[in-house]
This record gives sequence, C-alpha cells and structure tokens, in this order.
Amino acid sequence: MKHLPIIGLALAAALAASSANAEELTGTLKNIKETGAITLGFRDSSIPFSYLDDNQKPVGFAMDICYKIVDAVKKELKLDKLEVKLNPVTSATRIPLMANGTVDLECGSTTNNAERQKQVWFTNTHFLTASRFVSKKSSKLDKIDDLKGKSVVSTSGTTNIKQLTEANAARNLGINIIPAKDHAEAFLMVETDRAVAFVMDDILLASLVAGSKEPAAYAISSDAFSKPEPYGIMLRKDDTAFKKVVDAATAALYKSGEGETLYKKWFMSKIPPKGLNLNTPIGPELKHEFANPSDSPDPDSYKTM
Amino acid sequence: MNYHWNWRIFWEPAPNGTGTYLDMLLSGLVLTIETAIFAWIIALVFGSVVGVLRTLPSKTASWTGFAYVEFFRNMPLLVQLFLWFFVLPELLPYAWGLWLKQIPNAPFYTAAIGIGLFMSARVAEQLRAGIGSLPRGQKLAATALGLTTAQSYAYVLLPMAFRIIMPPLTSEFLNTIKNTSVAITIGLIELTGEARSMQEFSFQVFEAFTAATVLYLLINIVVVIAMRLLERAIAIPGYISGK
Repeated sequence: MKHLPIIGLALAAALAASSANAEELTGTLKNIKETGAITLGFRDSSIPFSYLDDNQKPVGFAMDICYKIVDAVKKELKLDKLEVKLNPVTSATRIPLMANGTVDLECGSTTNNAERQKQVWFTNTHFLTASRFVSKKSSKLDKIDDLKGKSVVSTSGTTNIKQLTEANAARNLGINIIPAKDHAEAFLMVETDRAVAFVMDDILLASLVAGSKEPAAYAISSDAFSKPEPYGIMLRKDDTAFKKVVDAATAALYKSGEGETLYKKWFMSKIPPKGLNLNTPIGPELKHEFANPSDSPDPDSYKTM
Repeated sequence: MNYHWNWRIFWEPAPNGTGTYLDMLLSGLVLTIETAIFAWIIALVFGSVVGVLRTLPSKTASWTGFAYVEFFRNMPLLVQLFLWFFVLPELLPYAWGLWLKQIPNAPFYTAAIGIGLFMSARVAEQLRAGIGSLPRGQKLAATALGLTTAQSYAYVLLPMAFRIIMPPLTSEFLNTIKNTSVAITIGLIELTGEARSMQEFSFQVFEAFTAATVLYLLINIVVVIAMRLLERAIAIPGYISGK
C-alpha cells in the first residue's frame, strides 16, 4: 500500500503529460502529424471548383485553395514533407467519408448553411452564388413569372428546388416541378425539352451551358430565386484547432489578393480540359467577402455595405 | 467516427415545406409501392403471355417469345429506363416525342412500364420452366379429352404451372419492389430518392438510409407473408406445393 502515492503521482504526471500533448495537437492536426499525410476529398464534375482534367487529375478553384491550406498545415506542424492523398467524393459519400476520417477537407462546391452546420463545419466562404434558371433562348424566358404553368426541373435535395417550390407557392405560378437525380440529368431534361427551364446555382448553370453542345442556344435568367449563398470547404465539426489553421490560411489567401488571382484563373480565362471560359467576373459581394473573410452560413451577412 | 447522430431528425420539419422528414420518406414509400404494384401487374400479364408463347408448338410463337425475353433480360435495367425515358422520344416523330415528354408524371409511367417489362421477361422464363416441369402426359391427356390448345392451357397446364412457380414468383415480386429504386435515374423521387434528398438537406446520411432500409424490409416482409398465405390457400394436396 505504501506505493500507492507514488503510483498516484506517476498517473497524475502521465495524465498531465498527455493532456499537455493534447492541448498542442488534437483531432485532424494530430492525425496529420502522425501519418505525415492529409487527404483531400474532390468532386469529379463540379466545374470549375473541383473536377477531373484530361489526365484524370483533380483540378479546380477549390482544389487550388485546398493546396494553399495544405501548405499552411505543413508550416504549422513544422513538417518537412506532407503527403497529399486525393479521394473522390460524391454528394452522398462526402459526409460518411468525412465522419470516419477518410477525408480531412472537402474541396468542392458545397453550400454552407445553418442546417448542415449541425453535422460539419466550413471554413471561410470561397464563392457566392444565387439560384437562377437556364432555358433555351428560343423559349424566351427571363423572369420567374415567365415560368407560369410550365414544367421546370431542379436537382432533388438541393436548396434550389426548395426555393423553386417556395416561389411557386408564393407567386401562385402553377409550375410543374420535376425533380432530377443530378445536375447533368436535369440539364439533359432542358436539352431534350422535357422541361423548359432548370433552376440551379448560377455558376453551375454557366459551366453546364459552357460545356454543352450548343452554348449559344441557352440563356441564364436575370431574375434570381435567392440571395447569393456561400460555398465553403468542409471540415470535421468540433475540431477547433484544425479550423483555426484552415481559417487563418484561407483568410490570408483571400486578403492578400491571391484569392482574386485564383478566381481570375478559373472564372475568367480558359480552363482545362476543353479550354472553356466561364467569363464570370467577380461580384461585389464576393469581393467584399475576400476583403473580410467570413464563414457565416447566413446569406444576409454577405451584403456589401 | 466524428458523426453527430440525431435520430429526432425524422420529426423535424423538412425544408421543402411538405411536413417533417418522416413525411418526406413516407411519401417516397407510397410512390415506391405504387410503382411496384403497377410494374408487377404489367410483369405478370406480359410475362404470362410470353411464357405461354415460348411453350407453344408453333415455331413463330416460340421464336417471338424467345426474342422478347432475350431483349428485355440482356440489358441492364438502368440502361433500359434511360433508353425509354431519354432516347425513345427522340426517335419518334417530333410531335409524338413532344407529347410523350409532356405527359404529367412521365417518370412514374416510364418507370412502372420499364420495370414491368424488364421483370416480365423473368416471369416468362419461370412460367416456361413451370409448364416444362409438368409431365408430358398432362398435355396429351388434355388433347385426348378433346380440349383445344387454349383450353388445355387454361384448364390443365396453367393452373398447375402457376402453383409450382409460386415461390420463385414471390422472389420476383420482391425484386420488382427493390428495382423501383433504379427509377431515381429518370427523376422518380421514390423511397431511395427521398432518402437521398433527406441526406442532402440535413446531412444526416446514416439516419436517412437506415430508415429507408427498414421501410424496404417492412414492405418486403409484408409481401413474403402475403404470398406465403396465398400459396397455402391455393395449394392442392398431392402437388408440389401442397401437403
């Protein structure tokens, strides 16, 4: 029994040591340090945020931002070498893969909203997009009211279809809303005249149109269904230490003007694999956000003053 | 695992404004059941006709049945639905194609008919096997009694063949129910589709798909029990499925 205090002391010391360690490194950062690797989740067709180029290599605006974050993490952990693993994710697999630790950052075009923040966290917003509709120029539709009584498609499970449903009820438009499985299928419905219009984030519509057989045949509406909504890079919830590093890295990137350079690279010039140019100048809201980086899920907080 | 379980999510209002997430899944379940029943009726009717065709003495009839079965069972269901929905209207004259595209609820009808025809090829093969398993004497005896071919099928062969193939038909019915999930590819938001929407809205992936799994299991159990009861009710003592 006389050893008890000593054992107690040893235990206390061990606990103190481990908690001190834990204070330095926890969660994702600890894991990255131990394995010497970080895993980025990428989307295969979210042009121009995260998609596969002609060499089947993931590229895009969000990928470039993620590589900057990787550099910052490497510096933070004082590592000489940090291996970057790439893992494809879809809208259905991104949450499980993030929850079980397969991917550390999801680099794509995921909308940051309050509901989703119950499950994951987002770093500073890298893009703002409003919900509009695309239609064939020949059908001469531009305003939301022009859709009265027509068949309109949107992707199921998106905030866009929700906004369409709300606008339909609020304005009494009698639109026949068709849900589609994914963006490509929804666009195909407009291409084949199953629907007259497709309601989606305007930037995704721009990339679908640019990639279509006949880009000149489509027009994007001037009316928007929503205020600009933020896209964010996703990381695990409750990992404060990792979020701090990632937030600092993205904030530095956006404030330094490098964010805008990256923006120009992906939205204002030709991008692989087909040399498309989306020709979408940076909006005042996003410019303002780059100057004052924010991870807020609330569209109202992105208003320019 | 860094996952935030929230089983109460089902009672939270869904953002599409039609009630709670549970209501959303249940409306998907209703659509799944409707599609499955519609498809199963088509599968039974067409499958029976083609199955009989394949066993007729006429060469033309059995060749037609053969071509039908091979056409529908050798293409993946996903591809078939895609062809019916996106390709067929383009092949038709423009006005017909446009009419077809503008039918309300087009995904529902396309899915029910597409899945029904796909399953009918399987039903036809089973019916052929069932008829083939009957002793040759049955048909000969029917002919000797003076029954026409149609009568011998109606009164002698089919009543026995259908009883024999009841167990595999139960499996096919279950397959029909499960195959309706493929219909999300043409925009039919049934149970799997609603589970996907739910996970996109709430990011509660595991809860959404667990609920979908349980619901599929429940309807399939109901079907298994109902078919078992039916089997017992129509069993004839001395036959394969009787005592």
